[in-house]
Amino acid sequence: MLIIPCPYCGPRPELEFSYGGQAHVTRPTAASNPSPAEWNAFQYERANLKGLHAERWRHIHGCARFFNVVRDTTTDEILRSYRSGEK
Amino acid sequence: MSGDCRSARGGGDLQRSQPLRFEFDGRSYQGLQGDTLASALLANGVHLIGRSFKYHRPRGIMAAGPEDPNALVTIRRDAARSTPNLNATQVELYDGLVAYSQNRWPSLRFDTARINDLLSRFIPSGFYYKTFMWPRKAWHSLYEPRIRAAAGLGVASTEADPDLYAQCYGHCELLIVGAGPAGIAAALTAAASGARVMLCDEQALPGGSLRTGTSARIGGQDAADWLRESVQKLTAAPNVTLLTRTTAFGYLPHNMVALSERLSDHLATPPPGKPRERLWQVCARQVILATGAIERPLVFPGNDRPGVMLAGAARSFLNRYGVLPGARVVVLTAHDDAYQTAIDLKAAGVQIAALADMRTDPAGPHVEAARSAGIAVRTGTTAVGTRGNLRVTAVGLAGLDSNGAVAGAADWVKCDALLMSGGYTPSVHLHSQARGKLRWDEATHAFVPGAAAAGCRSVGACNGLIGAELVRVFEQATAAAADALRECGIHDQPGAIAISKELAVSEDRGASGGWIGALPQPAGAKAGKAFVDWQNDVTAADLKLAVREGFRSIEHIKRYTTTGMATDQGKTSNLNALAIAAQQLGRAIPEVGLTTFRLPYLPVGFGGLAGYARGDFFAPVRKTPMYDWAADRGAVFEPVAMWQRARYFPERGEDMHQAVARECAAVRRSCGLFDASTLGKIEVAGPDAIEFMNRMYVNNWSSLAVGRCRYGILLRDDGFVYDDGVVARLSDDRLHVTTTTGGAPRVLGMMEDYLQTEWPHLKVWLTSTTEQWAVIAVQGPQARAVLEPLVEQADLSAAALPHMAMTRGLVCGVPAMIFRVSFTGELGYEINVPADYGAEVWRAIWASGQAHGMCTYGTEAMHVLRAEKGYIIVGQDTDGTMTPDDAGVSWAVGKNKPEFVGMVSLRKPALQDPRRKQLVGLLTVDPAHVLEEGSQIAAEPGQRPPMRLIGHVTSSYYSSVLGRSIALAVVSAGRSRLGQTLYVPTAHGESTVTVTQPVFYDPKGERLNA
Ligand SMILES: [Zn+2]
Repeated sequence: MLIIPCPYCGPRPELEFSYGGQAHVTRPTAASNPSPAEWNAFQYERANLKGLHAERWRHIHGCARFFNVVRDTTTDEILRSYRSGEK
Repeated sequence: MSGDCRSARGGGDLQRSQPLRFEFDGRSYQGLQGDTLASALLANGVHLIGRSFKYHRPRGIMAAGPEDPNALVTIRRDAARSTPNLNATQVELYDGLVAYSQNRWPSLRFDTARINDLLSRFIPSGFYYKTFMWPRKAWHSLYEPRIRAAAGLGVASTEADPDLYAQCYGHCELLIVGAGPAGIAAALTAAASGARVMLCDEQALPGGSLRTGTSARIGGQDAADWLRESVQKLTAAPNVTLLTRTTAFGYLPHNMVALSERLSDHLATPPPGKPRERLWQVCARQVILATGAIERPLVFPGNDRPGVMLAGAARSFLNRYGVLPGARVVVLTAHDDAYQTAIDLKAAGVQIAALADMRTDPAGPHVEAARSAGIAVRTGTTAVGTRGNLRVTAVGLAGLDSNGAVAGAADWVKCDALLMSGGYTPSVHLHSQARGKLRWDEATHAFVPGAAAAGCRSVGACNGLIGAELVRVFEQATAAAADALRECGIHDQPGAIAISKELAVSEDRGASGGWIGALPQPAGAKAGKAFVDWQNDVTAADLKLAVREGFRSIEHIKRYTTTGMATDQGKTSNLNALAIAAQQLGRAIPEVGLTTFRLPYLPVGFGGLAGYARGDFFAPVRKTPMYDWAADRGAVFEPVAMWQRARYFPERGEDMHQAVARECAAVRRSCGLFDASTLGKIEVAGPDAIEFMNRMYVNNWSSLAVGRCRYGILLRDDGFVYDDGVVARLSDDRLHVTTTTGGAPRVLGMMEDYLQTEWPHLKVWLTSTTEQWAVIAVQGPQARAVLEPLVEQADLSAAALPHMAMTRGLVCGVPAMIFRVSFTGELGYEINVPADYGAEVWRAIWASGQAHGMCTYGTEAMHVLRAEKGYIIVGQDTDGTMTPDDAGVSWAVGKNKPEFVGMVSLRKPALQDPRRKQLVGLLTVDPAHVLEEGSQIAAEPGQRPPMRLIGHVTSSYYSSVLGRSIALAVVSAGRSRLGQTLYVPTAHGESTVTVTQPVFYDPKGERLNA
């Protein structure tokens, strides 16, 4: 079980969290009239990479906040966690 | 040999003054407290324990530990407590234990399926793949049942498991797996630091290899005395948790290790209420693996007869249980360790008929000690076969020439036990499960831990210290413990163990040697079966055949031959199988590589994994405030998203159909009362509440006046309908959003996601209020008349409170939100009162309704009533690929909105295609025929498969009010087909239907607006 450091609450067991997919995927606004390729990339294209992966987690059974984590997908080591909107 | 095989020597695990009775296959035997079932059977001279999986060959006990591949038994306490596939070496004896052998018919000594062995040249590896391919139909009727019947493991009880299984978490700085010399030395080091230490061992008694018997002295005393004192110290230390009978079976990310602790299987009469097992989920900062090594069998013809045993196992049986494996034994080895077995057995009075060493020039202290004990050592010697039926009677020994080839004829040496050793394989299972790397060590011919996962260290034999002097093990273990503590920030370690004093080792003999793969056999000889994997009956010839047939990857060879795939997961066989495959492939062992180590290390019962999550505790049950009232009325409930909802209220022996017909009629005629409390509710509050809802939902909320309601639709960003519900504007900055019963949590989660991560600048707060409100729906022409006497401070008249309006007021004196909404198409109200008042208000409304012919109705009638009006249910009439237009609710989509979730996707040409499936109504030509929900729809009649299908039925009921069946369906270009005739294939032919508007009742909505 992963021990996930919530940037608001500190380290907590994975059971308290839900996974939110790849982080830093930019959602085009409707007003920007995105091309089909742009919208498709936002909707469906994900890195699915081996190695360092920035991903979203939500501390659903805690502070309920979304935040980001950098995890090594080969070892599950969590290198850092930070609030949404931060880099 | 049979009868008493108990020696006065050894027996360190026994309490000889406590005899125990037990039964095996209906015969009664005597054992001793401290025995395992395996040692007790051997003490009684019983070597035939089971039949092999494929050939049904007689099999005995090969190993003394859980790695044994043969001795699977069923332990039966009673009809419900019958546990199959337990290893006799792991079953602790208790008084009255009843055990059965497995995989034999009609009896263990005479098994008819033994014919498989005689036919074995017709069932090589891959036999099932090659033979049972055709005809396809025969798989179900013929092949599979027979294979399943013949493939024997034990049979589990079909009764409910009556035992209790506990689960808990453990937290510690250091978890040490394995309480052998390495684990204990590490624990002593860490215990002195004050850190939280957990030490677990799968055996009943700690000590590991020290219990097997060693010549070494530790800290100036016998190893056994040092062990006893060390365990006392650890038990007394408040910061140390010592768990015995506890198997670490899974190593999960972040140093979470799963342990299975057996609490009562060893007791003759487990106290009532005592859990049978406890599943530990240990979150450790650091882990030390001290899991030891497993002895390798030798691969030669006839190596599986009862009486053929690992040499180290024989030493364990003697020194731990005082059991002699035979009266006249042959030892066959390629490793020094077996010499100690020969020496110990000879001292116990066993005749050593021969000690055969494959090595031409073995030397060192072990060889010296054996020779001075008077044991004749035959060097450069191998085995070419064995004789015997239910027990080995002789072994053929033959010399090896300088090239390692068999030279000369076999010398058949009589024996009643053959003890073999190919050396030891480090137990790297947990290291590998933790995703540590392995490295091939040429010196010890073993895969040893390479780069390890963070916070994981291996020490002792599992780290490649095979046969090493104990002092090197102690050095490694204490250093690893000190390192692990430092990584936890514990630098001050005043109690560190002085190797030179407390752990000083003397009279220790390091051991070396080893053999991997098949033993050389005479050229051209018609060899018998040389087993590699005893449990799955895989021979050296099977592995060679697999390579000849073209398999190259060890993972494929494993699956094709099934080597290593039995319940023992190849603990004794994997390395020999790998070596044989590598040799046949002409490649080096490390080039071929190992198969993946997967959890569980040892089998664990389902009971332990399920733990408390059974019966009432399997999942939470949610009940509304009116549940008890409905239950008292005899309601039939159905589970909906963990809620128990009243489905219908049968009266006087009605079936569901009759009850639903009566309930629907009452709603249409006078009035119905319905519990809608499970409706999801979310309060959206804040200065940007309207702006937020404009962005989330398709609707335009800016134009929604305070006190008014609107039907809202939520899409995902892919443009498909995700949820729906009525939304009311409570004030300028506050909305009451309702969702489907099942959708409430995920809608709130989705709202939070967009609010927190896309529009964090919006000032909005979201609160789940589902359980704050009891919702009482009063529906039907008499609804106003029923409610008016109970309502204060609110005007229910059509003018003051029209359809889709809401107001606040008192109902039975309770502050309430009164919504004029309808999911039935009738005049209707949904009364929201604080949940604690729900039951009281419900009863009052019920009482008021009696004069008006009011009836309670359940979810089934609700479904029929809403289908008569063509109101969709998200998840029933939509399936995650429907746009608002597909579902016929595009009118709800706000015009000229700059943004809402799913808006961009709705622009896609594919989502505007006029041929998309659209919601329509269907009327069967035969009004009595109710279509099956999910039925497919065809445009042309009488098609044969493959048919061209254009849609499917989503909802279908018999409407007693309309006196006929009705259905909702999604049909390609459905709205352009109104009046068309379509065809619905059924189990018995075809049903002819007419496409209609999806509204069957009061299409003008006059009743709704009454
Ligand atoms: Zn948190």
